[in-house]
Amino acid sequence: MIVLDTLGVVSFWIAGPLAVLGALGLIMFRKAVYAALSMAFTMVNLAVLYASLDAMFLTFVQIIVYTGAIMMLFLFVLMLVGVDTPDSLVETLRGQRVAATLAAIGIFALIVFGIGGAITGVPAVGLEQANAEYGDNVQGLAALIFGRYVFAFELTSALLITAAVGAMILGQRARVRRKATQRDLSEERLRDYAEKGTHPGSLPNSGVLALHNSIATPALLPDGTVSEHSVSETLAARGVIIDAPALSQATAKAFSEIESTSVEEADE
Amino acid sequence: MNDPWWLMLIKVVVLLVVLLTWTIFNVWFERRLVGKMQHRLGPIMNGPLGLGQALADGMKCLFKEDFIPSMVDRVLFVIAPLIAGTAAFTAWAVIPFGGQVEIFGVTTYLQATDLPVGVLVLLAVTSVAIYGFVLAGWSSNSPYSLLGALRSSAQMISYEIAMGLALVSVFLYAGTMSTHQIVEAQAQPSGLLGFVGMQDWYWAVMIPAFVIYMISMVGETNRAPFDLPEAESELVSGYITEYSGFKYAIYFLAEYINMATVSAIATTLFLGGYLPFWPLNLIEPLNNPWLGPIWFIIKVQLLIAFFVWLRGTLPRFRYDQFMKLGWKGLIPVALVWIVVFAVMQYLRRTPMVGPAMYILIGLVAVAVFALIMVTDRPKPEPPPVPEGPFDAFAGGFPVPPMPGQVLPELSEVVASVAEEVEPAAERSE
Repeated sequence: MIVLDTLGVVSFWIAGPLAVLGALGLIMFRKAVYAALSMAFTMVNLAVLYASLDAMFLTFVQIIVYTGAIMMLFLFVLMLVGVDTPDSLVETLRGQRVAATLAAIGIFALIVFGIGGAITGVPAVGLEQANAEYGDNVQGLAALIFGRYVFAFELTSALLITAAVGAMILGQRARVRRKATQRDLSEERLRDYAEKGTHPGSLPNSGVLALHNSIATPALLPDGTVSEHSVSETLAARGVIIDAPALSQATAKAFSEIESTSVEEADE
Repeated sequence: MNDPWWLMLIKVVVLLVVLLTWTIFNVWFERRLVGKMQHRLGPIMNGPLGLGQALADGMKCLFKEDFIPSMVDRVLFVIAPLIAGTAAFTAWAVIPFGGQVEIFGVTTYLQATDLPVGVLVLLAVTSVAIYGFVLAGWSSNSPYSLLGALRSSAQMISYEIAMGLALVSVFLYAGTMSTHQIVEAQAQPSGLLGFVGMQDWYWAVMIPAFVIYMISMVGETNRAPFDLPEAESELVSGYITEYSGFKYAIYFLAEYINMATVSAIATTLFLGGYLPFWPLNLIEPLNNPWLGPIWFIIKVQLLIAFFVWLRGTLPRFRYDQFMKLGWKGLIPVALVWIVVFAVMQYLRRTPMVGPAMYILIGLVAVAVFALIMVTDRPKPEPPPVPEGPFDAFAGGFPVPPMPGQVLPELSEVVASVAEEVEPAAERSE
């Protein structure tokens, strides 16, 4: 299969550098979301490499698990950091950089010696021969996972379940008091009204003037003053509220002109 | 399958054209059908039967200004719709439209490609598609978009688990993950009704898995009643709030293609794919593989009609109810079902078939039903019993009497009025 071999080489030289680029992006990008996306990009390229080696099951499991589940969870957390948030380069854990460097060297050595050992020590037989024993790639993997390595598999799953239960317990918080029901809330509203005079109903809408209907437009009370509750406190703090009384001056002026002319006509 | 490059090109182009026209048809189909359900007509003015309306809407979106708001993250804002659109089309590469045919002397399947792990491709593509929605929400730099994206990703991840678990029993029964082989496996005569020519379609073999899939596919596509990411009463349009023009059109297209995709998966895995319906499969010429796409499209269209029916019938879920249904309802039931189904498969292959298996099924069904009925059902609080005489100003505010209490003065007034009115009524007769 010379054609397939060349295809494999071509896809290696396309996907390999792209995966490296993604890995570089992971450590170079200043924005956390871009870094996470670079990592997802690397994962997809690794999946392409697996596909070029005919390991179809691994390809799609890689995409489902790493790209779809793990990186999506990372992204999910990072998204709560806004677009405009600058990132800080302050070292929060003491000695983290030294430890990271040591770990990186260790992993690099492991990879080099691991791969070196695999290449030199064992004769390569190719995936086709490895698959041939149980019929197909998926069946072969199943036979290994649920046969020869079943204890390792079960131990890993026990570890994962322990971690999941631990995370659940850490995230759990006991309720100090009963959750307020609709009845409790309504009673509290009426008590506030009785004691402090707080309006028990919903807050007034924002105002609609001749040219404006945005939520930054305050509503006017019958005497022409602004209703404080009709606009959000956040908008008031930002100072973006439209000056409604000034705007209503124009209406009042036009109205008074119409009134005066109609009075004149009546006089005539 | 190793197709020559020209055949691959033909297949891909045909697939692209079919998907685009089908989407335009589906937009019209949904509007007309939901219109009928709501006692109105829907689009009827432009083109025959109003078919031109969807086309015109699409063209309008394409010709609009390609507007990018100033505060957004421009790179991701552009990439996000591309991811969503690409993923929507990619999923169709492994959907079988028909069986084995001969095109210009080459024997091939009527599907773009058949992989031994075909169904995993579909799951992988849907998990990549989530990036399109999440990045759209984040890059828009708007609270509504971000909330919509968070909801969308949480929803799709949660329901993808239930969906994947529902598919496991299909793999167990068919013994393969290739979409083509799963459909071919369903052509076997059915165990119970095989003598009348009924085929062994998997919805009947594994009804729980089918029901779980049908529920989770609605959650997976963000469609009503699970359309929380774009709940217009809460989030404007969710993650697509800041999008307009061509990019919006891509999201619109992706949503409709995704709806067709999950329907196509349901058709392939549970409803016999491209096989003809029951009485028709007895007529030999109708089993021609070239007729496969017709049966397939009819089935998918019926499922899309089911989507529309749901949208026309059910109100939107509240977010916590929706998550509760997914995590506490669908996923545990799916897990239990896998165990039950695996045991059933094992018993089926051993000589101990017969009553033991059906007794087991019955016991497990009763156990599951009991589990659902017993757990997670808070007892209703007894209504509060009013104490003492009625205080009309309880808490310093005028309040109405509670059930069981009466206004002391008013009760007499009502009684006396009734006495006076009654004789008057008699007189008038």
